[in-house]
Amino acid sequence: MDLKDKLVSSFLAFENRVDVDTYVHDVRSDAIKIFEEKGFPTKKEEAWKYTSLNSVLKQDYSLFPQKESSIEYGDVKKYFIHDIDSYKIVFIDGKYSSYLSQTTHDGIDVCLMSAAISKPKYRLVIENYFNKAATKDSLSSLNTAFSSEGAYIHIPKNKLVEKPIQIIHFSTGSEAATMLQPRNLIVVDENSHVQIIERHQSLTNNPVLTNSVTEIFTNKRAIVDYYKIQNDSENASLIDNTFVKQKRESHASVHTFSFGGKLIRNNLNFFQNGERIDSTLKGVTIIGNKQHVDHNTLVHHIEPNCESHQDYKGIFDDSSTGVFNGKVVVEKEAQKTNAFQANNNILISDKATINTKPQLEIFADDVKCSHGCTIGQLDESAMFYMRSRGIPEKEAKGLLMYAFSNNVLSSVKIPEVKQRITKLIATKLGVNIGFDL
Amino acid sequence: MLKIENLHASVEDKAILRGINLEVKPGEVHAIMGPNGSGKSTLSSVIAGKEEYDVTEGSIIFNDEDIEDLAAEERAHKGIFLSFQYPVEIPGVSVTNFMKTAINETRKAQGLEEMPAKDMLKLIREKSELLEIDRKFLSRSLNEGFSGGEKKRNEIFQMAMLEPKLAILDETDSGLDIDALRIVANGVNKLKNKDNAVVVITHYQRLLDYIVPDFVHVLYNGRIVKSGGKELAHELEEKGYDWIKEEVNA
Ligand SMILES: Nc1ncnc2c1ncn2[C@@H]1O[C@H](COP(=O)(O)OP(=O)(O)OP(=O)(O)O)[C@@H](O)[C@H]1O
Ligand SMILES: [Mg+2]
Repeated sequence: MDLKDKLVSSFLAFENRVDVDTYVHDVRSDAIKIFEEKGFPTKKEEAWKYTSLNSVLKQDYSLFPQKESSIEYGDVKKYFIHDIDSYKIVFIDGKYSSYLSQTTHDGIDVCLMSAAISKPKYRLVIENYFNKAATKDSLSSLNTAFSSEGAYIHIPKNKLVEKPIQIIHFSTGSEAATMLQPRNLIVVDENSHVQIIERHQSLTNNPVLTNSVTEIFTNKRAIVDYYKIQNDSENASLIDNTFVKQKRESHASVHTFSFGGKLIRNNLNFFQNGERIDSTLKGVTIIGNKQHVDHNTLVHHIEPNCESHQDYKGIFDDSSTGVFNGKVVVEKEAQKTNAFQANNNILISDKATINTKPQLEIFADDVKCSHGCTIGQLDESAMFYMRSRGIPEKEAKGLLMYAFSNNVLSSVKIPEVKQRITKLIATKLGVNIGFDL
Repeated sequence: MLKIENLHASVEDKAILRGINLEVKPGEVHAIMGPNGSGKSTLSSVIAGKEEYDVTEGSIIFNDEDIEDLAAEERAHKGIFLSFQYPVEIPGVSVTNFMKTAINETRKAQGLEEMPAKDMLKLIREKSELLEIDRKFLSRSLNEGFSGGEKKRNEIFQMAMLEPKLAILDETDSGLDIDALRIVANGVNKLKNKDNAVVVITHYQRLLDYIVPDFVHVLYNGRIVKSGGKELAHELEEKGYDWIKEEVNA
């Protein structure tokens, strides 16, 4: 039985196990129908032309890992940004781990999706927001159909949340192969500000497929900064579907750092519903071997006087492949839009490839939109210059590549996160960068 | 210190250096002059280890060691320094951090510990004062947006930091204003001692008034066709290269 059939046929049993008597039940039932009809995307679809899920889908995944696995904090500490005080929502094989987590209901809700969809006090928020930003594509629908657990974050108005929130999904490899479908909902009300760090981490080399959906709502003048650290083990694949729905004068940024994993597809969508909205999408991808990272972004400018900034850097070694597909839509009413997009890439090996495609659909006439993509090799004359000063080839390469990706890091607002990413980049590039460039 | 014998080098099968012989002893200053395109920069790049050039014949011996198979960084670690005719811009890496890396990598290769931060700062202060470089300059990206003269001065600053045994200065004077020329030349002279050597490549006698050469060589068509004392530079300044070309072609 292929994965699609397996998923569809397990739906009823799944729904019976969770609460059927909820608002989400109907949403799930509709979603499974969409998935059943559409199936997994194939390369025939324009948006999936350069990313094939075949190799990932052929595993015999366990859909609902049953074994309760526990892990010691000491063993996984390194996957946390542990040098800051933070809230933590941690899952092990899809199940909430209370002892690794630190949630709160003190003025804000930093807790679990499973609680939010079953308890009456969250009903209003769920009805107003759940599945209201996610699109009805097949993978998001698949996640919706099986949505039962994940992070639920609700920040009421006028709250500056001092501590960042870390959402971490561990998989232990207790099953031969595991599929996970976390579902996160983040609602930030007027004038509030929150910072979130998300990470998926497999602790073994057993195959893992994560199909995640995160919906983020930024209401009037809210600020959300979201950091995705994608540095998973070599048999872990991730399809990340993130939807950000912004109201007027809100600022939202998503930084995606992709270094590890087998296949990563980031579907990152921003919808601007109001004036003077600012959306920032940035990423650094550094991969090698046969890794594949696909950034598929959409910024939908609907109303006037808004901005969007996209800046993605990619460094590809060995036979790795990258895709950047950046779509910007500027509706007729969205005058004075300022939309910036850049995608710069370095191919270190002859066998690495990157497919980069900006897609601008502009219907307004008074806008400033710029986009540019470059694909280059390492600058040979710069390499010789550095080496002639005594910097070995490997370090010279590392330094050049680090400098190349550095301006994406400059907009990371949490110093500890920046430091961690710097370290990850240095490790990935095999250099010892003992200073902040 | 440096002994080049019958050196032939080519790029993409095009011969550029065609039998260079040159010996530089510790404490000496050599000047290499010659018409545009004669191969001066190529010679310096080949000595510094640029891989683009194929050495097809001959040898380069540095302190009794054939350096043909050494990578550029290994040559640097042994004390060879090239001041580039066209210094390369390295966006995103500050002058200070670049120098820290270069010095510590060199020390590492020599089996030494990293230089303590305090000593590094002191060294940077000392050498930037020597070359009258504003401290603010050092936190800028290396060579990015530097003026022609600033780039050249920065090259000599790097030389001062690294204290090489053999420094090859490829047209370091071009682009420098009169005051800067004096400062840079003065810097080079201060670093000069009986154990190190300098090869200056220049088109103009003017620099040689400051950095006085023991020998002057004329490179033409990939060969050193004439050598002499410092008076040869005056003669070239006066008469140009035609008489040499005639001598060679005769
Ligand atoms: N990488 C290269 N590819 C092709 N030709 C080259 C290359 N490097 C040097 N040459 C050629 O070799 C010859 C010598 O060049 P080189 O730069 O060494 O001259 P030069 O003596 O330094 O001249 P100048 O005084 O103008 O600086 C020139 O004809 C140049 O075009
Ligand atoms: Mg030259």
